[in-house]
Amino acid sequence: MNKLIQETTALTMRSVRRLARERISMAFGLIQPMLFWLILFGNLFQKTAQIPGFQAPNYITFLTAGVVVMTVLNSGLSGGVDLLFDKESGFLERLLSAPISRNSLIFSRFIFVMAITSVQILIILLVAYLLFGVYPHSGLLGLGFIMLVGLFFGLGLIAISLTLAFAIKGHGNFFALMGFLTLPLIFLSTALVPLQAMPGWMAFVAEFNPMTYAVEAVREVIIGGWFWGDMLKILVILLVFDAVSIGLSSRVFHRQVG
Amino acid sequence: MKAIEIHSLKKIFGDKSVLDNLTLDVEKGEVFGLLGPNGAGKTTMIRTVLTLLKPTAGRVIVWGHDVASHPREVRQVLGYVPQEKAVDRFLTGREHLLLVADLYHLTKSDAQNRIGTVLELVDLADRADEVVNNYSGGMKKKLDIACGLIPDPKILVLDEPTLGLDVESRIRIWDYIRQLQRGGLTILMTTNYLDEADQLCSRIAILDRGRLAALGSPEGLKKGLGGDRVTVQFSPEDDRLEKLAGSLKQELPFISDVKVSAEDHALEIRVASNEEALAPLIQSIHKHGKPILAIQYSRPTLEDVFVTYTGHKIKEDSALL
Repeated sequence: MNKLIQETTALTMRSVRRLARERISMAFGLIQPMLFWLILFGNLFQKTAQIPGFQAPNYITFLTAGVVVMTVLNSGLSGGVDLLFDKESGFLERLLSAPISRNSLIFSRFIFVMAITSVQILIILLVAYLLFGVYPHSGLLGLGFIMLVGLFFGLGLIAISLTLAFAIKGHGNFFALMGFLTLPLIFLSTALVPLQAMPGWMAFVAEFNPMTYAVEAVREVIIGGWFWGDMLKILVILLVFDAVSIGLSSRVFHRQVG
Repeated sequence: MKAIEIHSLKKIFGDKSVLDNLTLDVEKGEVFGLLGPNGAGKTTMIRTVLTLLKPTAGRVIVWGHDVASHPREVRQVLGYVPQEKAVDRFLTGREHLLLVADLYHLTKSDAQNRIGTVLELVDLADRADEVVNNYSGGMKKKLDIACGLIPDPKILVLDEPTLGLDVESRIRIWDYIRQLQRGGLTILMTTNYLDEADQLCSRIAILDRGRLAALGSPEGLKKGLGGDRVTVQFSPEDDRLEKLAGSLKQELPFISDVKVSAEDHALEIRVASNEEALAPLIQSIHKHGKPILAIQYSRPTLEDVFVTYTGHKIKEDSALL
């Protein structure tokens, strides 16, 4: 157990040290969701709020939940990238030839990516509050719940990303597939428009998208409701999503690294 | 106990056999070289020893532990220097070594001591706190070796340690390897530079298409070819070199073998020892009325060993890949 902690800490610290030296990419990673989605997209699509049945007071309030979850999506799906580059550079061979538990490689990724994602969520919520006056009406408890949803959704995404990083040959293919996956996941969810405003088949598909549930949960606590039944159901759905992705990931992982 | 024992090792990827019935031992304290062109199975064998690949059949025992059933014990006694310069350009040299020390579960004070010793050995102490991005190729390789040495391993595994390095760095790295061997470390290395194997290795195994083609000390293998080689070249008008080859073999007892090279119009003659062989040989050829265009005398090299056992040259261009 002590060994596992020592390994995991060392591997996590490696990512932290890298991040501290990659300030430009860190800054862009933080600014991108805010500038692009919240400000540009939010202003461009203001009139969406006039759709009948739209429940949020305005589009920005509606969109904030979408941006939070999209950020989780992006960070989560790129959670395997470092591993992919380690695989290509031979660094992974060095790590795997050490007498470490294979799980520490995975744990350190989860810890690092989730820590970064949590900071990103907090900054997005802060900007949404400062610029647009949007804040979670359910208070601190709601904020904690948003973080929890981010964590649950992110866990499964990182697992998927790690699986692909192991299974796919070459980072070109990896990024192509990521690009191919990301936009449909966003558009086939309620991140940008409510279910009622979607064409029938898209709304149907969106109901099977775990992202829809993450978005709905975050949105509910931002707009103000506290629906225990819904929240619990959503957390269970996200946990099932995690279990499936992690199960898949650990099979691929252990086949690759023994 | 041997450092490494390999019994009838087989490795098959899909339907491609990469290692075929490989059996060999590595003694404690020796520098053992795996020699062969790319695709011969060197890296596959190394990765099997490192527990990164499971054998399809056969057994590999490292320092008394079976790689298949006790991979963790095996990893504990090995230090590994991969072929690529496996460094993270955003970390400093010292941060690399700290990371590796933690992966081998060294205590804080042990880690500090080892890092100091190892940095001293590879002359990186004064650059240790710089980001690796600023390092030259040779320095990255030194750091790579330092990482391999951090756990104070019983066996150091080096995969192509000087591939793509400039001459000066190569010589430095050869020095380190010799120094480590004097300190009693067992070293398993692959190379496709024959001079490197000749200079460093106590014993070498030549792998060819997954099979063990030859095994022995560089000296022993060279001697095993049956003596020195005299190449005699004749003018292009001289045909019937086969007949001359036959007569020479009959007349001169110290000749062990004669090969005719038709396109070069030359004879390749193996002789026991040049001091006694050269004069009678020239006399004899002269007697047969064949004018000699050129004559070349050489001791066998590892290249000759390689060609003899594999039937082809170790491709020079493969070293560049």
